Amino acid sequence: MNPSELIEAIQGRFPDAVTQSHAWRGDATLVLRSEFLVEVARYLKEAPALGMNFLMDLTAVDYSTFGKKPALGFFSSSGVGVRSPAQIPDPDPWPGPPGRSRFAVVYHFFSTAHKHRLRLVVPVEESEASVDSLTDLWPGANWLEREAWDMFGIEFRGHPDLKRILMYEGFEGHPLRKDYPVNKRQPLIGPVN
Amino acid sequence: MNVGASDMQRQPSFLTSRLNEAIGWARKFSIFQYPFVTACCGMEYMATACSHYDVDRFGAGFPRFSPRQADVLFVVGTISHKMAPVLERIHDQMAEPKWVVAFGVCTCTGGFYDNYATVMGIDTIMPVDVYIPGCPPRPEMVLDGLIKLQQKIQDQHTSGVRPAPEARPKIMEG
Amino acid sequence: MDTTPNPTASAAAGAEINELETRDMLLNIGPAHPAMHGIIRIVAKLDGEEIKDAEVEIGYLHRAFEKMAETVDYNGVIPYTDRLNYVSPLINNMGYCMAVEKLLGISVPERCHYVRVILSEISRITDHLTCVGATAMELGAFTVFLYMIKAREFLWDLVEKVTGARLTVTYCRVGGVKADLPDDFVQPCLEAFKETRKVLAESRQLLERNRIFVDRVEGTGVISADDAIAYGITGPFLRATGADYDVRKDCPYAVYDRLSFEIPVGSRGDNMDRFLVRMEEMEQSMLIVEQALREIPPGPILVDVETGRPIPAAEMVDLAKVGNIAAIQGGCAVACPTLEGSGRDKHLSIATGEKRVVLPPKEDGYGNIEGLMQQFKLVMMGHGIRPPKGEVYFPVEGANGELGFYVVSDGSESAYRVRVRPPCFAIMSALPQMIVGGMMADVVPTFGSVNMIGGELDR
Repeated sequence: MNPSELIEAIQGRFPDAVTQSHAWRGDATLVLRSEFLVEVARYLKEAPALGMNFLMDLTAVDYSTFGKKPALGFFSSSGVGVRSPAQIPDPDPWPGPPGRSRFAVVYHFFSTAHKHRLRLVVPVEESEASVDSLTDLWPGANWLEREAWDMFGIEFRGHPDLKRILMYEGFEGHPLRKDYPVNKRQPLIGPVN
Repeated sequence: MNVGASDMQRQPSFLTSRLNEAIGWARKFSIFQYPFVTACCGMEYMATACSHYDVDRFGAGFPRFSPRQADVLFVVGTISHKMAPVLERIHDQMAEPKWVVAFGVCTCTGGFYDNYATVMGIDTIMPVDVYIPGCPPRPEMVLDGLIKLQQKIQDQHTSGVRPAPEARPKIMEG
Repeated sequence: MDTTPNPTASAAAGAEINELETRDMLLNIGPAHPAMHGIIRIVAKLDGEEIKDAEVEIGYLHRAFEKMAETVDYNGVIPYTDRLNYVSPLINNMGYCMAVEKLLGISVPERCHYVRVILSEISRITDHLTCVGATAMELGAFTVFLYMIKAREFLWDLVEKVTGARLTVTYCRVGGVKADLPDDFVQPCLEAFKETRKVLAESRQLLERNRIFVDRVEGTGVISADDAIAYGITGPFLRATGADYDVRKDCPYAVYDRLSFEIPVGSRGDNMDRFLVRMEEMEQSMLIVEQALREIPPGPILVDVETGRPIPAAEMVDLAKVGNIAAIQGGCAVACPTLEGSGRDKHLSIATGEKRVVLPPKEDGYGNIEGLMQQFKLVMMGHGIRPPKGEVYFPVEGANGELGFYVVSDGSESAYRVRVRPPCFAIMSALPQMIVGGMMADVVPTFGSVNMIGGELDR
């Protein structure tokens, strides 16, 4: 199925779950409400026309500083700023980050039978950073969700063993959030630099 | 006349200095390395150890995978903060005389991984004898570093004094 | 994990039944272990030699690739991608560059696609050689390891001819590659393949019907195709279980749809099938490269090499500075060896024509004002490649499986989020299932056939 057919199939079946959809650069993308996640995921896996047997990837994006990067000047002390050059124009622009929430959990699915891909985006508020876990449907989601918890601090309800996977136990904070500075070290032994 | 051991050391005789040199020669040509391999430098370490660039001709071709049996600790590849306590424990378990080689720029200074997860040079946690920079270093460079290490081992035994490792400048403490 | 004693009754031939109490032992196969490739920790609960339960701990080589990618510009991420799967760096480079090119909506010239495919396949061969060699070494076949590393050295010589480095190459750029293939590439390549085929034949002879190797490797580490798909496993690991999914065939990219090659598929899902699949894949990769070398289109030559005089680079710069552009109009510079293959004559065949993305050839950068502006706009701080806002996911076939790059751009000069979908992450999450129930000694070939590459697993 091509991207627009995929989007139509899911939007038709769950009309109130999907808030936004597009196929920018050929990637079928749907923005879902978080309470419908497990239902839609089960439908994706079990419906024969869709047959998404692979959960390829599960990750998150922190949209808190989207588009807010300051334009760098050469010598900031001189007060001479550099006007940002225009972006390469796009005839078919992207709709933008999903909603106003800080995080978005992004799922990529693939079907070996029909060879089509789908991306699901679930916006997650910062104050209530949790979504349902998909470990019952795909055991591969176990480690992927642990990584999203480790890096972003998004909790997955129903996960059997949600603990850090890439960082060590005593580490405080969630490194891939935009407010975590890149070289803030918390060494176990040795000096801080 | 009571000639104590310290007197003997202060007046090195021909026999003891020859003996020290011989021990130095034997130690430098029979290096039992502990390759603590973590990352990409491990590929170049394998290339150095194998037939093309053969490190066995220098007597160092026998890796011992137990710190109790090794005398040179080759730290190969980036050390993250999660791995650092493990590395320190391995280093502590080795018996004297032991030497440490920092292989690859990630172990020398941290490389271009200036972030929350990487130890910026293993000399922050242990004394290092030879630094082999490169990302990854070519096998010829590794052999050069090995020869420098052998020279250091020989000198150490001839002079009887272990040279102090280079002091690290305290520019970024805290 | 609890360690309560479990009574077992040894009801052998006698009437006496001895009740033996055994207690499970917790064994830490720690991060500093030769067979763990240095950075995996398996905590196994053993009952004698049999593994009752296992837990895998990773993260000992986490180097914050995704965080670093947000601090440098788009081309600056490429050295970091080299160090992801460091035994096949060109595949990672290619995956990332194609993802950003999809984001930009541009495509590279055809010759560039062929060059990328040729080098990717050579990288795949080096990856499989390292994996099979290391596994064989851990099972005691040290000679096979030495032979395979010898073959790898020949291939690394080839890579060095083209890119300048053996391992961390940083060869692809967004919008093209760094330099074209050297003129004398084909003959050394075919000779290196002849040597590699000899090595593969010798290794096959030493291993395939070797009683010890077969006993250790056949029937161990079994996983079924459905389980593998549920865990998200792809690549030779999945193909050994029977499911044939290969990104090159199912979602073709670059010029793979024009090349004819086969995908070896196993059936039993054990270590033996994985070994055989990898050996066959190396042969197929060599066939792909040979085909590509025959079919590669000759690059468009911008400057007629008979009449276009080669000028020493310093002279060209001086002429340009005094404004004498006419004297250097048709010339190509004799530049330093590190710039070989990226001169003005080869430029259109190695990089797309989009001025906002690729650097100009050095003759133009030094020779005329348009080239200088193009260089300035891409290199100076505050400028750079500025893709439109958007998000893409682009999968390529890495040596371990589907290597996907998910790139989000917010219109500024550095990426907003770069996510790598690591193929061996999925395989490692299935490792406990594969080793539980087997013996302690089976961990070694199973873990070896996973081809866990720390740079990719922990990123």
